Amino acid sequence: MPERKEHIIEMSGINFSYPGAGRIFDGLDFTLHDGERVGLLAPNGSGKTTFFHMIMGLIKPDKGSLRIFGEPVLRERDFVRVRRRIGLLFQDADDQLFCPTVLEDVAFGPLNTGKRKSEAVAVARDVLRSLGLEGYEDKITFHLSGGEKRLVSLAAVLAMEPEVLLLDEPLTGLDVRTRRAIHDILHSLHLTYIIISHNIEFLASTTDKIYTLEEGKIILDTKIHHHRHEHAHMFGDLPHQH
Amino acid sequence: MISEPFATGNSILHRTDPRIRLVTAALFSLTVALCFDTTPLLVSLGVAGFLVILARLNPVLLFKRLLPVNGFVLLLWLFLPWSCKGDAIFSFHGLVITRQGVHLAAILTIKCNVILLLMMTLVSTMTFVTMGHALHRLKMPDKFVALFVLTYRYIFVIEQEYEKILRALKIRGFVPRTNLHTYKTYAYVVGMLFVLATERAERVYFAMRCRGYNGRFYSLTEFRSSPASLIFLLIMTVVIIGIGCLEWR
Repeated sequence: MPERKEHIIEMSGINFSYPGAGRIFDGLDFTLHDGERVGLLAPNGSGKTTFFHMIMGLIKPDKGSLRIFGEPVLRERDFVRVRRRIGLLFQDADDQLFCPTVLEDVAFGPLNTGKRKSEAVAVARDVLRSLGLEGYEDKITFHLSGGEKRLVSLAAVLAMEPEVLLLDEPLTGLDVRTRRAIHDILHSLHLTYIIISHNIEFLASTTDKIYTLEEGKIILDTKIHHHRHEHAHMFGDLPHQH
Repeated sequence: MISEPFATGNSILHRTDPRIRLVTAALFSLTVALCFDTTPLLVSLGVAGFLVILARLNPVLLFKRLLPVNGFVLLLWLFLPWSCKGDAIFSFHGLVITRQGVHLAAILTIKCNVILLLMMTLVSTMTFVTMGHALHRLKMPDKFVALFVLTYRYIFVIEQEYEKILRALKIRGFVPRTNLHTYKTYAYVVGMLFVLATERAERVYFAMRCRGYNGRFYSLTEFRSSPASLIFLLIMTVVIIGIGCLEWR
């Protein structure tokens, strides 16, 4: 496959602040290329989730320019198109699963993009099967366990057939098995994505670059790259020196 | 918060088409509510009793659910018998209990219980989710159905948040007493719940927009009326018309 380096997201000079709070973004610049797998590791409250919400058009920047898929996005109408191509996995699965049954929730996106019921159901079933969630179709969403909820909301995002994924702390609150499942799914997808996470190991194994947010700007995190290594001893989890 | 003990079951009524059950429950209740004659009301009480047997509901639970309403009905019995004008059947120090008063109280008691029994046998025997879908199929407005289903979905989440706050209070030694501190704390709890619920609503709306929500709700469930359901509908229609005829003959 020839190397395509299309710009998917281009943000430049973005300023943003919540009313009554300090400035979250201050001249933020960021570019995401096609095929890139990016991690975002930054302290709590530094604006990671805000960053995702801005890409999806859920909040508007105070200043700066935002181009997605090569076109400037300003109005709600522009973002409606963006949302069909970029999928956002929310931090809290309870926010994402609002339909009574699993199948309806996963089919919700495809139905909104104009698919017929039978097509939407077929897509939903396919996605559920590919994530190992066969037999979950008629389960009630709020009776699911935390891990199941996360996987179903991922299925709901994937059912939109996005080209780009934004994952907001996909591992929080999950057990080892579900973490493993999410890790494997990401590897099998071959999508462009940005992951917000505090788990360095996970980011190291799923992304090529790790950025951080500092003083309202996104910068490449060279420190973390420096430290990525395999352990021959058993104490890799503990702070240690070589 | 909301439990659906009657929804799980496999009686004839549970297997009847939910749409048919909703429609019959609505029409039957309306008819009963409009009746004031003893005969049709006793007949409908009989029918409701028969439906309870058909639905094979847990009698203890059924009784428990009837209690609160009958507590209210008891109030009627305290006031109606002597506050209605009519033929005296008993008088005590100027307090006259009339036949009409007793009759009215009795009729209201029967009505209340019949309607409650109808709801329990015909409506409570389906889950909220099924009811949402059935209402949608019955061409209820989209907005109404969406509100109904979303409320049911998130009431549990809000309950969890409420319990979280209560636990936080308990582990810090909060014991409710009759004092300002207690009232203030409860006011904070309620206020916090509102804030949490609003924030939750915003995030859910964000998530919906991310998946292309444009104001329409879709229901994937298709209902099919089995022959048994149609027979049930037919019988119930005859019963309802019969009761109507008894009342307005």
